[in-house]
Amino acid sequence: MAVGERDAHTGHMTTGHEWNGIKELNTPVPKPVYFFLAATALFSVVYWLLMPAWPTGSSYTKGLLGIDQRQTVAEKLAAASLDRASWTARIAGESFEAIRADPQLMTIVRETGHTLFGDNCAACHGAKAAGGPGYPNLAEASWLWGGSPEAIEETIRVGINSAHPDTRVSQMPAFGRDQILDRDRILEVVAYVRSLSPSGEPAADAGVLAAGRQVFLENCASCHGESGAGNTEFGAPDLTDGSWIHGGSLDAVFRAVYGGQQGLMPAWEGRLSPLDRKMLVLYLLDLRSTEN
Amino acid sequence: MVSQLTLGERQGALCILLLLAACGLLMLGAGQNDPLGVHGGIVMLFGVLLIFVVISGYFAPEPGTDAAGRYYDDPSKVGIVLAMLWAVAGFFIGDWVAWLLVYPEMTFDAAWSSFGRLRPVHTTSVIFGFGGNALIATSFHVLQRTTRARLPDQLSPWFVLLGYNLFCLLAVSGYLIGITQSKEYAEPEWYADIWLVVVWVVYFLIYMRTLARRKEPHIYVANWYYMAFILVVAILHIVNNLAIPVSFAGAKSYSLFAGVQDAMTQWWYGHNAVAFFLTAGFLGMMYYYLPKRADRPIFSYRLSIISFWGITFMYMWAGSHHLHYTALPQWVQTLGMTFSVMLLVPSWASAGNALMTLNGAWHKVRDDATLRFMMMAAIFYGISTFEGSFMAIRPVNSLSHYTDWTIGHVHAGAMGWVALITFGSFYAVVPWLWKREAMYSARLVEVHFWFALAGTLVYVFAMWNSGITQGLMWRTYSEGGTLTYSFIDSLVAMHPYYFARAVGGLLFLIGALVGGYNIWMTIRTAEGVKPEVLADLPAPAAARQASTGR
Repeated sequence: MAVGERDAHTGHMTTGHEWNGIKELNTPVPKPVYFFLAATALFSVVYWLLMPAWPTGSSYTKGLLGIDQRQTVAEKLAAASLDRASWTARIAGESFEAIRADPQLMTIVRETGHTLFGDNCAACHGAKAAGGPGYPNLAEASWLWGGSPEAIEETIRVGINSAHPDTRVSQMPAFGRDQILDRDRILEVVAYVRSLSPSGEPAADAGVLAAGRQVFLENCASCHGESGAGNTEFGAPDLTDGSWIHGGSLDAVFRAVYGGQQGLMPAWEGRLSPLDRKMLVLYLLDLRSTEN
Repeated sequence: MVSQLTLGERQGALCILLLLAACGLLMLGAGQNDPLGVHGGIVMLFGVLLIFVVISGYFAPEPGTDAAGRYYDDPSKVGIVLAMLWAVAGFFIGDWVAWLLVYPEMTFDAAWSSFGRLRPVHTTSVIFGFGGNALIATSFHVLQRTTRARLPDQLSPWFVLLGYNLFCLLAVSGYLIGITQSKEYAEPEWYADIWLVVVWVVYFLIYMRTLARRKEPHIYVANWYYMAFILVVAILHIVNNLAIPVSFAGAKSYSLFAGVQDAMTQWWYGHNAVAFFLTAGFLGMMYYYLPKRADRPIFSYRLSIISFWGITFMYMWAGSHHLHYTALPQWVQTLGMTFSVMLLVPSWASAGNALMTLNGAWHKVRDDATLRFMMMAAIFYGISTFEGSFMAIRPVNSLSHYTDWTIGHVHAGAMGWVALITFGSFYAVVPWLWKREAMYSARLVEVHFWFALAGTLVYVFAMWNSGITQGLMWRTYSEGGTLTYSFIDSLVAMHPYYFARAVGGLLFLIGALVGGYNIWMTIRTAEGVKPEVLADLPAPAAARQASTGR
């Protein structure tokens, strides 16, 4: 049996063991350690008694409070929707015009629409709905599929080129890759199309523009319209409003004509409730009316 | 290094390395159209390079019988150097991904540089590369000193150290080329996992064989913790990585568990990796280097016992607190929460035991940055274990879960506790191992201390702010009863904190660079070489020297 020695600084005995110069004091465990061990153990026992805690084979101890997390969530959700019932029923039931005329309801639309848009739409269309390369600007530009509340609501419901059975379908052919137009014709039509929007660049040669217009009328006007103002039936963008989904540079427009375009927007039916979709429509319409 | 091996050990090393290179070739051949092939190439190259190293020293004269009378420290020395290299690399990648969160477009449009691939490179480099090498290196050092027995042979420690680093190399290279089994802190695929099991069993056997030959009647506390670390990590690693490979010619595998069972197994593993890798192992380190450096006896042997068994028993239950309010049945969450609360007491008992050991040596803490590293580590250990128990309480967790608070908590533990105790221990052990009077520069140790502390504080405070802001924004409702903020609103609010976090990480990285330079210069500068002292020798040699009065 090793014999301890007294440590001069603390006055405690050592255990008498030594490892490579390290000794240990035989200090008793401080009382608070036992106290807190007991206190936390007591807390645990009480908690076990009150809450679901220990497995009993195929079941578990349910706890005296009878609390179940799934039930709690269901109750909270029910209470929350009851809280919202005062306005959800009105927004679901009333017409777009009536809601937009009601400042109280529109305050709720602005609040709720902000989070709905931020969490579901902003990833592509941007937090301020201003779009980005490949994604339409919803705050200002002309609508691809129509700007009536009903049209916007339908676009959100079924999406564009999506997996939804009623999806809106739109495809611009690849005029270059599929050898519908040769390179020179494409350059002409690109020059013409770019001249439809104010660009600040010097206008192209009049002869080129005239040739481009001819190519346009033969190949593009069926969807984009003779004036190039687009057609909401096919989701064909307005080429005259100065807003470009895929960019308005010579290079970008050339690539669009050469390789075609086929945008994609998911269908939100099944992911957002009819109420949420309606609020998004209202939110967007409101956004445009206040921005402009 | 090779000249220290006996001829038999050199031959054994060559056999093992040839086998390893052959395995690499096999993987390379079988996995030609799979990322497995790349790893086969790495394994083969690793084997072949080491074969050259062994051959270059193969014909050196064998060590005399004198060597057997000394502790075998070469693997510890190499382990410390490797740990510092992994530290610098891991901190660098960590700070890189921190900046990536501030400037998300900084990915050069490449797959390997995306956040999802770089982040596990950071975690694996710091936890397993830096932490693991530090644990292996110090455990060999502590084990020999506290048992007064030499390691049982000279080949198996090298097998463990280098084999372990091969595992780390496979892990981080795999993430960059897209190999992962998507389990946090257990990302490496099946073949790397099997390799680690082999390495780990040899590690365990080294420990057992040395302990069996110990000349001290009692086993010192540090060894309890190192043993718990080795044994439990083996269990955790094997169970959580049970998986079926899709093909033996491919890297991909599927876990044996599915759904919530998989989640529970993963977090039983994940939390106990924190417990037994990042806590138990480093407590072992602390229990040796802190009293040694302070030259004070451990405050209380009895407290050591309570803390050890409290920690090992209670941690095992705590993992389910990572899955509060999920599909995991509530009773499992209850058990995780309550055991996490009880766990606080033995955790604080350990931290307290360390701090009270410094009684009578506080003037040294003031003057000696090395000891201050260890003292600060014990304080951060106390802070982060309190925070951990607090966050495990369900209602608290409902605020903190999925927020940066968790990231802050982990880094308070990883930077404040794990890294600081490691740096402190390294500054203590490097002069001992290389037989120098002291570190190359005490001033630079001081500089490192303040950089490390400042970096940790900036990081942790930034993440506390960010996490609590996030948590509150996600639960703020407007008058109408709908959420006030979208997720992207909370993201915008994080921007200044992410910037601060990246600066904190940079400070920590600079500190590690200073530390690495200081350690390197200590090794390179041959001044102040000390003669051998009695305490540096195992039992028989020490006895012989004492009797001859040499």
